[in-house]
Amino acid sequence: MILDRTAADIAAAVRAREASAAEIAEAALSRAEERNVAIGAYLSVVADVARAHARKVDERIAAGESLPLAGVPLAVKDNMCLAGTRTTAGSKILANWIAPYTATAVQRLLDAGALPIGKANLDEFAMGSSCENSALGKTHNPWDLSRVPGGSSGGSTAAVASAMATIALGSDTGGSIREPAAFCGVVGFKPTYGRISRYGLIAFASSLDQIGPIAKTVEDAALVYDAMAGKDPCDATSVDRAVEATERSTRDNLRGLRIGIVKEFGLEALEPAVRAVYEAAYRDLERLGAELVEVSLPTADYGVATYYLIAPAECSSNLARYDGVRFGARVDRPSLTDMYLRTRGAGFGAEVKRRVMLGTYALSSGYYDAYYVRAQKARTLIAADFARAFEACDVIACPAAASPAFEFNAKADPVSMYLMDYYTIPMSLAGLPSLSVPCGYAEPPGGTQPLPLGLELSAPLFAERLLLGVAHAYERATGHARKRALPAIAASAVAS
Amino acid sequence: MSAVATAYEAVMGIECHVELKTETKMFCGCRNVFGAEPNTNVCPVCLGLPGALPVPNRLALELLVKAGLAFGAEVPAFSKFDRKNYFYPDMPKDYQISQYDMPLTLGGAVRYWLADGTQRSCRLTRIHLEEDTGKSTHAGSHDGRIAGSTHSLVDFNRAGVPLMECVSEPDIRTAAEAVAYLEALKRTFVALGVSDVKMEEGSLRCDVNLSLRPVGASEYGTKTEIKNMNSFNSVARAIESEIARQTAILEGGGRIVLETRGWDEHAGTTHSMRSKEQAHDYRYFPDPDLAPIEFDPGDVERLKRELGSLPYERLERMIGADKLRVEQAHQIVDAPGLYEYYAAAAGLSGKPQATVNFVLGDLSRLANETQTPVFSCGLVPEGLAEIVALTEDGTINSKTAKDLISRVWVEGGSPRAIVSAEGLGQVSDASAIDAIVAEVLAANAKTADDYRAGKTKVMGFLVGQVMKASRGKANPTLAEERLRAHLA
Repeated sequence: MILDRTAADIAAAVRAREASAAEIAEAALSRAEERNVAIGAYLSVVADVARAHARKVDERIAAGESLPLAGVPLAVKDNMCLAGTRTTAGSKILANWIAPYTATAVQRLLDAGALPIGKANLDEFAMGSSCENSALGKTHNPWDLSRVPGGSSGGSTAAVASAMATIALGSDTGGSIREPAAFCGVVGFKPTYGRISRYGLIAFASSLDQIGPIAKTVEDAALVYDAMAGKDPCDATSVDRAVEATERSTRDNLRGLRIGIVKEFGLEALEPAVRAVYEAAYRDLERLGAELVEVSLPTADYGVATYYLIAPAECSSNLARYDGVRFGARVDRPSLTDMYLRTRGAGFGAEVKRRVMLGTYALSSGYYDAYYVRAQKARTLIAADFARAFEACDVIACPAAASPAFEFNAKADPVSMYLMDYYTIPMSLAGLPSLSVPCGYAEPPGGTQPLPLGLELSAPLFAERLLLGVAHAYERATGHARKRALPAIAASAVAS
Repeated sequence: MSAVATAYEAVMGIECHVELKTETKMFCGCRNVFGAEPNTNVCPVCLGLPGALPVPNRLALELLVKAGLAFGAEVPAFSKFDRKNYFYPDMPKDYQISQYDMPLTLGGAVRYWLADGTQRSCRLTRIHLEEDTGKSTHAGSHDGRIAGSTHSLVDFNRAGVPLMECVSEPDIRTAAEAVAYLEALKRTFVALGVSDVKMEEGSLRCDVNLSLRPVGASEYGTKTEIKNMNSFNSVARAIESEIARQTAILEGGGRIVLETRGWDEHAGTTHSMRSKEQAHDYRYFPDPDLAPIEFDPGDVERLKRELGSLPYERLERMIGADKLRVEQAHQIVDAPGLYEYYAAAAGLSGKPQATVNFVLGDLSRLANETQTPVFSCGLVPEGLAEIVALTEDGTINSKTAKDLISRVWVEGGSPRAIVSAEGLGQVSDASAIDAIVAEVLAANAKTADDYRAGKTKVMGFLVGQVMKASRGKANPTLAEERLRAHLA
C-alpha cells in the first residue's frame, strides 16, 4: 500500500507517474475514514481541499514540474490556517471559525505538492502535553488506545503513526512536537526559532512558537523542512538567513563528532526499563563513532518555572482577541463587559483560563519586574548555558520525555503535566533546533505492551543540517521505528 | 487690611496623536486613506485574525524620526514596540502595538511665535509610534453618543493606521500658546509630508493636561486631562473653560480632582469622563512578534539631510531678520511654494515688506482667480523684484504696478523692459502735470467750484480725472498737490 511508504518514496512514485496524486488522495481519505474513528487524530477531514490539490498536483506533474512532496498526504495541526477550512485551535471559541487565508508554512508545503488530508487535534491553543485539553475531540495513541498520544501536536503525531498521513505539521512551544513524536514513535523536529514562518499559526506564546515537521523518517522530516524553511515577508521574526538543504545532509556514521550528555539530566530517576533504552541509545551513538562528552546545563532545572511565566504572559495577550466581537463564538449579553466575560468564560477551557490568569498576573503592575523580567533574565542564562555546552560538543543528546505515553487522566495535577516537558523546554527557551527520533521501546509499569520512546537531539542555533545528519545516521543504524508494528492499527487493519 | 485674590497661572502639557501619511498601514499592506466605505481597507493583520502577524512599515518609522529630527530630538540607536493591553471593541487584538519605555525619539523642542512677535519654546518629552484603533459609531441614540444607543458599529479601515504620539513637557501657559504650539506642529508635519494634520478627519487629536498654581509657585497643582477637542479653536475654548472652572474651585477653597474631562463643543464646558483611580493597568511588555528597531547613525544623517529648510527656520528669517509681521510670515510659510518665491524676490529687491505685500496681495489674488500657483505664473521672482524696485523709486505708481502684475502674470517678460519700452513710467514732472491739471479743471469747472465752496470730497474725483487724462501715468501724489495749488 503506497500510504505505508515514506514521503520520499511517494513523491518519487508520483514524479515517475507510477502513482497519481488523485489516487493517493482517495486512498488517504478512505484510510482516514476507516481509522480516525478509533484514533481521533483529525478534528476534520478536508476531502474537497485534498481532491482539489491532488488535481493541481497531477496537472503540475503532467506539465513537467518536479515537486519534492508530490502527492504526499499531509496532516495539518488545527492551529494553522488553511483557507476555507475550519481552524479551531482545539477550542470551543473557534469551533466554527473558517480561516480566510492560509499559513505560510502550509502554503509552502502545498506548493511543494503535499495533499492536505485533515486538520489534526491538539490541546486547546496548543496548551498541554497529552491532547486531553482539546475541547473538540479525544485522540488515542495508536500504540495503545487507552493512552494519550502526547501533546500538544498529538493529533499530528497520531495521524503519522497510524499512517493516515505520511507527514504532518506540528507546532512546538515547549515540546509540543517532540514529546508527542516520542509517544507515537515518529520523528518530530522543531527547527531554530525563526527558521519557519509563524504567519497563520494561531499564536500561543509568540517568542517560543515554532512550526516543525512530523514524519516517519528523518529524511522525510528534512524534505518537509526544506520545503518550508526561510524568510517570510509576513513574519517579522522569521530569519533572513540562507537555508542549507538538509535532504542531502544524511550521513551514515558519527565519526569526528562530540555528543554532549547533560550532567543534570541523569537517567537515575527514570524507570529501569526506560533507563535501559536511553543507555543503549547513548552506546549506539558511541558505536557510530561519536565521542560522548559530559556537558553541564546548570540553569536548565529552572526551565519549567521560567517557561511557565513567559509563555502564559504572552498567551494572556495573544488570546485577548477572542472576545466575541469580530469572530468566533459569542455569548450575547446586554452589556459589553458581561458579553466579554461570558464569551470567554464559555469559550475557553480550564487550562487556557489558568494560563491566561497566570500570565495576566505576571505582567501586572508591581509584579512585572519580579516575574516577567526575572523570567526573561533566566531565559538568557539558560541560552548562555547551551552556548557554553556547545563549545564542548556538537550535538546534545537526552531523553525526549521521562516515560512512554501515559494513560488518560493520569496527570490530573497541572504541575505533573507541566513536568512532562522538562527535557524539551530548555531548548525552546534557547530557540535551538531540536528533534525527537525513535530510540526503542519500554513497557510502562501496569502496561500491556512495549511503547515507543524518543531520543532528543539538539544542536546550536541554525545547525539544522548537522542535527538532521546525526539523527539520520542514528536512525539508519538502529531502525527502531521499523522494529515493531502498531498493535492498535494492526487490529483495525484486520477489522477492515 | 484688604483681601488680595491669589493670581493663578495655568501649566499645560499637550499630547498629540497624529496619523502618518503613508501609502499603507503600520503593520500590513492595506491602504491608508480617509473616507473609504467601512471595512473595505482591511486584511487578516489589521483585523487581528487568529494567526496574523504584524510587519513594521519602514516608511512610517522614518517619517516619525524625521518629525523628531525637525525639532532637534535625539534618535536612540535602539527602540522597540510594546503591547498595551486593554479590551475595547474597536481594537482588533485587544492590545495596541505601541512604545512604552524606548520611544523612537527623545527630547527636542518646538519653537513658535505668538501674534505679537514674541518667540516661545516648548520642550518635547518624546515622540513614539503606535497603531490607530478602529472607529466606533453608536446607533439608535438621538445624538450618536453611546448612552441610549441600541447597538454599535465598528469600522476597521482606520485600525492599524500609523499614529505618532507627540508628548510635550508642561511648558505651555496660555490658550494662545497652546494653539500657536499646535499650529507649529501642524506646519512642520505638513512641510515634512509626515501627515495631513486634519483635525476634522481625525488625523490630529490632542489631549491637554492642565493644572493651576499661584503665580510664582514652583510646584505643580493637581491636573486634569481634557479630551475631545475637534479644532484648534475648540482647544482654545476648552482651555479657557477649564482654567475658569479650576480657578473657581480654588478660589472657593476647593480641591481639583485628578481626572479626565471631555470637552462639550455645544455646551462650551468640560465634563468628567473618568477619574484616574479607575485607570487601567495596561500590562505593557515587549511585543514578541516584532524585533527591536535599530537606526544606525548613517540612517539618521540621511534623514536629517532629507529635512530640507524647516518652517521655523523660514519664520526665523522672516520675523527675525526681515521684520515681517508674524501673521504675514505664517501665511507665506503655510502656502505651498510661496516661501521660496518670497525669499527669491525679497533677496533680489532687498525690500521684504514691499515684497510680502505684493505676494500676499496681488499675487495671491491672481493665484486664486486663475487657479495657478504663484511659483508657476509668468511673473518670476526677478520680475516681482523689478516691480518692487520700480515702485519704491517712484518710477511707476501703484496702479501701473497692479496692471503690470496682471499682464506679466499671463504674458511673462520683464516689467522693467515693458515700462521703458512703453513709456509707462509715471509723470512726476510738475510742469507736465500742471498742463493736465489745467485741462481737467477747465473741463470740470462746476466740480472745481464745488471744491472751492468747501466740498473737499470731490478731490478724489479730480485726481481720478488727472490720472485718466494721463493714461494712468501721473504721479497721484503730485497730481493732488498741483490740483490743490490750482484751486487755492
